[in-house]
Amino acid sequence: MITLRGRSIGFNAAAIERDSTILRLSSDERRPAPLKAREGYIHSHGDLPRGFGWYLLKSAEFIGQVPDGAPGAVLPQEFDYLGDGDVVRLEPARGGVRTLFRKASPYNHFMLTERCNNYCLMCSQPPRQIDDGWIVDEVLEALPLIDRGAAEIGFTGGEPTLLGSRFVQLVQATGSHLPKTALHVLSNGRLFAQGSLARDLAAVRHHDLMIGIPVYADLAHVHDHVVQADGAFDETIRGILALKQHGLRVEVRVVLQAQTIPRLTALARFLTRNLLFVDHVALMGLEITGFARANLDRIWIDPADYQAELAEAVGILDRAGMSVSIFNSQLCVLEPSLWPFARRSISDWKNEYMPECEGCEAKGMCGGFFSSAKYQYSRAIRPILSAAA
Amino acid sequence: MAKFRERADFDASPSAPYEMLPWRFTLLDQESYVATNMAGEYVLMSRSEVAEFADGRLAPATPLYDELKSRHFLIDADTDVALDLLALKVRTKLAPLANFTGLHIFVTTLRCEHSCPYCQVSRANDDKREFDMTEETALKSLDLVFRSPSRALKIEFQGGESLLNLPLIKFVVLEAKRRNQAAGRDLAFVIATNLAVLDDDALEFARQHDILMSTSLDGPADLHNRNRPRPGKDSYERTVDGIRRARRALGHHSVGALMTTTAASLSSVRDIIDEYIRLDFGSIFLRPLSPYGFAMKTKFYQSYDQSKWLDFYFEGLDYIIELNLGGFEFIEQYAAMVLKKMLTPMQTSYVDLMSPAGIAIGAIVYNYDGAVYASDESRMLAEMDDKTFALGNVHDHEFAEIMLGDALLDPLEASFASSVPGCSWCAFEPWCGADPVFHHATQGDFVGKKPLSAFCTRNMEVFRGLISRMEASPDVRRLFERWANII
Repeated sequence: MITLRGRSIGFNAAAIERDSTILRLSSDERRPAPLKAREGYIHSHGDLPRGFGWYLLKSAEFIGQVPDGAPGAVLPQEFDYLGDGDVVRLEPARGGVRTLFRKASPYNHFMLTERCNNYCLMCSQPPRQIDDGWIVDEVLEALPLIDRGAAEIGFTGGEPTLLGSRFVQLVQATGSHLPKTALHVLSNGRLFAQGSLARDLAAVRHHDLMIGIPVYADLAHVHDHVVQADGAFDETIRGILALKQHGLRVEVRVVLQAQTIPRLTALARFLTRNLLFVDHVALMGLEITGFARANLDRIWIDPADYQAELAEAVGILDRAGMSVSIFNSQLCVLEPSLWPFARRSISDWKNEYMPECEGCEAKGMCGGFFSSAKYQYSRAIRPILSAAA
Repeated sequence: MAKFRERADFDASPSAPYEMLPWRFTLLDQESYVATNMAGEYVLMSRSEVAEFADGRLAPATPLYDELKSRHFLIDADTDVALDLLALKVRTKLAPLANFTGLHIFVTTLRCEHSCPYCQVSRANDDKREFDMTEETALKSLDLVFRSPSRALKIEFQGGESLLNLPLIKFVVLEAKRRNQAAGRDLAFVIATNLAVLDDDALEFARQHDILMSTSLDGPADLHNRNRPRPGKDSYERTVDGIRRARRALGHHSVGALMTTTAASLSSVRDIIDEYIRLDFGSIFLRPLSPYGFAMKTKFYQSYDQSKWLDFYFEGLDYIIELNLGGFEFIEQYAAMVLKKMLTPMQTSYVDLMSPAGIAIGAIVYNYDGAVYASDESRMLAEMDDKTFALGNVHDHEFAEIMLGDALLDPLEASFASSVPGCSWCAFEPWCGADPVFHHATQGDFVGKKPLSAFCTRNMEVFRGLISRMEASPDVRRLFERWANII
């Protein structure tokens, strides 16, 4: 588990007066002066160079070395991971720091809004009906600072498409600043149903965009129940059709839970008959956080109890030539025939293993757990040992 | 946290009667019916379930209701996105029509050194060149080839024995490739040959131009040589040797083989399949004998009835299924093509199973003399003096005259299965073909009386046989899903 958000940061006097700011961090004293002035020096040892806009220290003993009048802060130990090329937001007035981008991580994503038009039983990021339009400004400010070598970044929510044209603007900015970076967007797809948003998004001509959209069943009311919204299924399906009609790439995402397992193989067949042209299907284990934790009793099904359905569904999709992956699952629970489909998908900052994993020889290939899995995980977790194999 | 609602709260189905979408049902066996939707997705129902559903009495939230709803047999107050999806699926099935004529058959010569009694075309054993296609005819034919809207153009050389006119094959390939530099089509070539006269010159040319070879292999040596007599009685030996040489020159998968079923084949389906396996083919096409050409004249066609062929077919299919379930992958191509129509939203380009019929718009034939025929079978009929499906001549007629003439449009329109008696109400129609040439040849009518049609009987039994097999065994269904997506 990596901490992305901190409070009670020790800011120096010069820093306290400053407004909130978004900074790219650098550990290179040879940076050109114009860039230094806009960047934060991330310090771990040695003398502090001059000329940086900010100084972030991993140890309080160097705080005296911060050049006169320059703002500085001492980071708590859990931010030791910060390094060159990372992007943070500093909020001196609240004593806060937030990591926005980590150059070393393949899992950087931006939550664009907390608002949502679904209310999913297992939502890991429960929506709030608040005015959080400032987030878009922050992301627009951060995008130019992100390392051009980033392989992929993600947009999540809430429901990003509620931002309408500002969502399109964000996609456009991402393509413009990061011409080699893939962009993965999580959306429920409903607002694409009318066609105009899909058309506008396609007009951006982003070079590598994938929209991940959940479809939880082949039957409308089963899907609508999971997302707690009447009519959502029809809109989501029409949204997917509109996106594909405009040549955009779509990933269908299915969360494996008590409500979705009974129709899982029917859903797989439905996808092969109706949405064969989507670009990827992700079958995903639960993340026990947010509503998922509150609703655990009603959504939980032990993965050990749905292996037959999962194997059949993956087989149906795979035989139809669809690209299919299993996310958030552990190898010791999966049938061996499913191992080739399992991906290590859990973001590193919330990825952990359980005590039962001690001595497991497959750990290096295994996706492991969300840190929130401590609340509930499969009874079938056990170390995989070659002696037993 | 707001209160979460229960699943029943989201199901509006019971609040109003459901509306049926177009569907059809046909008897499968003693117990059950096959019901299909417009896109060819099927559900098995009992007689009472058919009646209940048709009467509007089927209750929501029952397993059958859910299946019918999921597979777009109905819409209800809960959802109507089925209309969008069904429309999309029907469009997907019909879309290839706009890009018509992917296969162009050039009859390079009628000469052949074989004298197979079942041969579907006349042959000339003499050395006269009057049965050879001329360069002038080839050029005119190529004009028509490149008028087809199809992005993919496959030119197949047939005979007689096509390789007996190798100079013309070379001429056509080079000229087509030259024209394609501007046309930019996805251009491919196939030589249909018995391989008996295959020489190194032909092989080298085929290698240089990525030409595929398609040959005839009827089974083990005794059966093959009995079916396919030639001077020296060595057809089998020459074919097998030709397959070996062609594979070495062109690559293993650039050589295909087709078998023809005769009365002599009927007791030997396992031996025939084993022969294909022995020669390392990955599949076999268990074909029915067709009622054309010499096959008709020599009464070969009448020599066994459909039920004998069906026994032969299913014995072979079951043997192949058994091999696959034992871990050896091997495909029966006819089943695979039908299964593609049953189990996927895609269409096959197999001419016999197209509706509208595949004549001229799926495949078209340019005969050695410049006559244009709507299909290979059409030119066989013409050899028997029935010119019903002669569409014109490359020297006398324009593209529009050939493709828009009554000789083509009348049978296409008349035979369209969705609208003909016997087919329009058949649950199998989405998987079946129209085949006006067969029905004309056997009943003198583009449509024919379906209960008397061997085409209809045979295909209905194949559909039923495939469904019963996959419904009886999940392993067979999984195998069939794989086949459906390979072909």
